[in-house]
Amino acid sequence: MTRLEWRVATVVGVRDETSRTRSLALNVPDWPGHRAGQHVDVRLVAEDGYQAQRSYSIASAPEDDTLELTIERLDDGEVSAYLCDVLHPGDGLELRGPIGGYFVWDISTAGPLLLIGGGSGIVPLMSMLRHRARAEASSPARMPTVLLYSARTANDLIYKEELRKLAEDDNSLMICITLTRDAPSEWRGLRGRVDRAMLERVSATVADRPNVFVCGPTPFTEAVATLLVELGHEPSRIRTERFGPTG
Amino acid sequence: MTDTPFIARGFHRRRPESSSSRLPPGQYETHDFPVLSAGPTPRTSLAQWDFTINDANGRSVRWSWDELMALPRETPTVDIHCVTKWSKFETRWEGISLDTLIAAASAAGLATASYVLAFADGDYTTNLPTADITGGKAWIAFGYDGAPLPPEHGGPARLLVPHLYFWKSAKWVRGIRFIDRDAPGFWEQLGYHNRGDPWKEQRYQGDP
Amino acid sequence: MQSEEMRLDGNAVAGALRELFAIDATAADATCGGCGRVGPVGALFEYGQEMGVVLRCSACGIAVVRLVRTNTAMYVDFSGLRVLRIPQ
Repeated sequence: MTRLEWRVATVVGVRDETSRTRSLALNVPDWPGHRAGQHVDVRLVAEDGYQAQRSYSIASAPEDDTLELTIERLDDGEVSAYLCDVLHPGDGLELRGPIGGYFVWDISTAGPLLLIGGGSGIVPLMSMLRHRARAEASSPARMPTVLLYSARTANDLIYKEELRKLAEDDNSLMICITLTRDAPSEWRGLRGRVDRAMLERVSATVADRPNVFVCGPTPFTEAVATLLVELGHEPSRIRTERFGPTG
Repeated sequence: MTDTPFIARGFHRRRPESSSSRLPPGQYETHDFPVLSAGPTPRTSLAQWDFTINDANGRSVRWSWDELMALPRETPTVDIHCVTKWSKFETRWEGISLDTLIAAASAAGLATASYVLAFADGDYTTNLPTADITGGKAWIAFGYDGAPLPPEHGGPARLLVPHLYFWKSAKWVRGIRFIDRDAPGFWEQLGYHNRGDPWKEQRYQGDP
Repeated sequence: MQSEEMRLDGNAVAGALRELFAIDATAADATCGGCGRVGPVGALFEYGQEMGVVLRCSACGIAVVRLVRTNTAMYVDFSGLRVLRIPQ
């Protein structure tokens, strides 16, 4: 493994996912490839030398041609504001990666898969789902996979259409979405915060010993991980990644 | 490897450096109160809480919460400066001056020394010259902005030493120990300055 | 008010550790010097925000790894780490 180097990627596309999130498609010179779940560090340097650095999960599958990041624009975020509002195709963006060997999943990992995402925690899980779809495109039998995605309102759902299509095309993939703050009257998905009853309903049976990945804000991730252990999932099969400030 | 840094088009710091003489060098003014912690927020009940002053000879003086609350209190309004570059003006506090506590300790026979190590719940410590916590420069603060100091900002009580970078104002403080020779605390062991004067920009070890 | 996104577990320090060691430490198993618990570096709880990185054992809370970048150097304290097992 080589030391990480900063590279200057070129923005080749932008796509607004929701009113507060934007995906960036990047061409990265000499990109070594990545695994689903990994992230990159992004560095912004101003003319006066002022620097800011943040980490962002990779949204794209390892099989994709361009590297995709999905950025949530945060209230006081100087980096996320720049990436969402200022950056446009043709611009350079300095990044290094891929980083991470813990919160990763490959198609070669056997066993059912349980993915639980809160808010922008869906991003690394999307990389896993995209990888799963691309890698097994020709294979008829796929490992049972469940995604439980928690968002505040329907307007906050990232990748909504793509997720619908993924589930539609694949009998072995079940996608459950719960809205915690406000749901339209015609909403047929779940409502309310992820709790023990919801986890019991949607997760693969414990006896199947699924590999579990939980990602989202710290309180969400910790609460879900605790509930999963209470339900009998082995702690060693639960991997978590926490976003956002501590409590 | 990029030797010359790549300049991000159109990127600049969120708040431009002010030419205000109220800002120490390299700082910007914030109206927020960011929370930075080296560990989880402790939850010590007031019944268990105490504040201790130790000297190098093994003598100590201890105040319970009720005993501390009975001491004469002050309400300093001060600017605070974090080494991570934000400064906040006109913060309002309520607390007991360290002068009051150190005077009581001396009266009880404790020997002061040139330096102190402040210690808190958890493993946090920070070292300071004694001269920087005496003469009306430091408090044990339990009130912020007219209300009890919230836990995430160091409640029930924190050290308040506003003329130095704010990592010296140890949250969840439980005491100070007089030491003859300066010894680095939690962040100082990892490269932060032993004194931390924002007006001299003493952020890291080796800064003059 | 929400603050800028920051990773808050050992995954966040992964970049810095890669700089140091040319290994991926997040999947490595760390033995806590305090309680002996073994678990991935990526699962340690991170504190410190912009001051630096403090990775704490999720069981006993001691600081397993601490890391600070100053203007001239990077300081790393491993004193809370007993053994690091890096899968090859």
